[in-house]
Amino acid sequence: MSGVPGTSAAIEAAALRSDRFRFEREADWKRLEAIVTRMEKGQLRRLSDEDVQALPVLYRTVASSLSVAREISLDAATLGYLEALVQRAWFVVYGPRSSLGSWLRSFIGGGWSASVRAMWLDVLIALAVMLAGVVTGWMLVAGDPDWYGSLVPGGLADARVPGASREVLMQSLDGAEGSTGLAAFAAYLFSNNAQVSILAFALGFAFGVPTLMLLVQNTAGLGAMLWLFSGQGLLLEFSAWLSVHGTTELLAILLAGASGLHVGRAMAFPGQLGVLEAAAVAGLRAAQVMTGVVLMLVVAALLEGFARQLVPDPAGRLTIGLFMLALWLAYILAPGRTRHGADK
Amino acid sequence: MSAPPARRQRGTGRERVLVTPEGIELPITIASKGARAGALFMDLAFVTLAQIATTIALASIAFGGLSKFFEAGGNSESLGALEFLFVIWIIAMFLFRNAWFLFFELGPRGATPGKRLAGIRVAARDGGRLSVEMVIARNLLRDIELFLPIVFIASASEEGGGAAGLAAAAWFLVFALFPFWNKDRLRAGDIVAGSWVVEQPRRKLEAAMSTAQAQVQANSGATEAHHAYRFTDEELDVYGEYELQTLERVLREDRRESLEKVRETIAAKIARSDGQGDERAFLDAYYNQLRARLETGMRMGTRKADKFSGKG
Repeated sequence: MSGVPGTSAAIEAAALRSDRFRFEREADWKRLEAIVTRMEKGQLRRLSDEDVQALPVLYRTVASSLSVAREISLDAATLGYLEALVQRAWFVVYGPRSSLGSWLRSFIGGGWSASVRAMWLDVLIALAVMLAGVVTGWMLVAGDPDWYGSLVPGGLADARVPGASREVLMQSLDGAEGSTGLAAFAAYLFSNNAQVSILAFALGFAFGVPTLMLLVQNTAGLGAMLWLFSGQGLLLEFSAWLSVHGTTELLAILLAGASGLHVGRAMAFPGQLGVLEAAAVAGLRAAQVMTGVVLMLVVAALLEGFARQLVPDPAGRLTIGLFMLALWLAYILAPGRTRHGADK
Repeated sequence: MSAPPARRQRGTGRERVLVTPEGIELPITIASKGARAGALFMDLAFVTLAQIATTIALASIAFGGLSKFFEAGGNSESLGALEFLFVIWIIAMFLFRNAWFLFFELGPRGATPGKRLAGIRVAARDGGRLSVEMVIARNLLRDIELFLPIVFIASASEEGGGAAGLAAAAWFLVFALFPFWNKDRLRAGDIVAGSWVVEQPRRKLEAAMSTAQAQVQANSGATEAHHAYRFTDEELDVYGEYELQTLERVLREDRRESLEKVRETIAAKIARSDGQGDERAFLDAYYNQLRARLETGMRMGTRKADKFSGKG
């Protein structure tokens, strides 16, 4: 009854129409399976150009085979095979973008700054919280210097404690301690700061509250140190010392906190979306910002480890710090070439 | 248009339907908690091993450098080399902790080595592309879900437990038990990233039934009268798609006892007494005729899900 072009003996031998359907298309299925298996193993280079080009077409062919098979065939094994194959091919065709480079290009070329701008409200909130933290730290220590020990971790402070003389404090700001040890110091700082900022972001999951607490805790220490140095008339020197890397680092921590807050706020007030979708939308934007934060911290660690120790005079340090701040702000605020973040 | 597929064993509560951008519905199975826990433990073991190996390798190089340093009477050049090693060590530890999952889940398999071994992978919940941001987001959260509470628990138990230890344990449990509290078994990172973890299917294309049968006939010499097994429409109508696919499984497994039992059941149901001792041929014939009949029905637009559903 059917005019099947008998391409092989197998097609003829098949008694069932649905089995003949299968034999006519089996070669495509097998080819797709071979390509997908190769790609899953990461052997992209061993694929021929024809195979790579054929992949999307084959995927659609096999997907339509599956649709048809569902309508005409009751062969469970074949249907299961096709479903598994289409799913595997779908993962490959729609999998993570194979080139991290192209993602990085769109990320640097405007994707990141757009994401930062899209969470401007969270950035402002985080900024306010950080300023409040600094003020709180200052006031606490000004009221009772005993607070200093609990606000500033001991290992970091060494000689810089309340009651220290101007000379001791001045010396702690000096560079020129010899250049060995700087690279290790920078690497340590980066690793430490990156972990803190990842923490600030991840804690946003608890509706943002722990993120805010972490920001306050970290900036209160800063406030306490500002108080200490201003007491000896070294406020400008200290600010200059801090600003070399501080403008970059504090901005990075600000953005990490804002990312955490962004996720937390989206989960607490999902608005029109469900909680899950709202969290996912905010989470993806925040993840992008966080990648930038980690890169900023690399820069901050390099500045802290090298530039600060090699440039001893306050004016030079302040110049570097303010220049970096201007650079970051210009980059974030300049409209990107690629898509704008979906702002609410 | 398409009736729900009646095949496959039903009900582990983990089946979902994913609609591809082409509009094709794909059945997908959420990874079981056991598979995910197993994958995580394997990954942690791999990360720890890699960290230990790196540390040992760098330390042995450093000791070599150190002895040279003392031999040379302490010049700062070898000290610089030591420092360089230390920098490498810090960066390597940071990367192992933060980039292991990231790196592998961004690969074409969307799975870390542990997940690969467990046969599972990460996918986007909405059926779209698994983006770089998703993988970053779900792995950044791993820090508070896993690494941080473990560090807290460890430091608290060093100080003799107490309230801090309890708080850290509670924190750890909240996130560890997160997948139990939602139907798609999402952990906190999956929620923030819009991803989920599914089983990675892997199936071979089995032989077609109607030619496999021809093969069996050819092998057995085709002496018996196969065409004797002819079933009337009434005899075929007692079963539906579900029974057909159960029968397919039995035929593919090809185990003697189950073949005998199934032939008995069918023969009793349709009141036939032939086919004893020739179960394979009997069941093959019944399978093919039933499938031909049901598939013809499908083309006409009538489906029969199982033996309980009426005709049409």
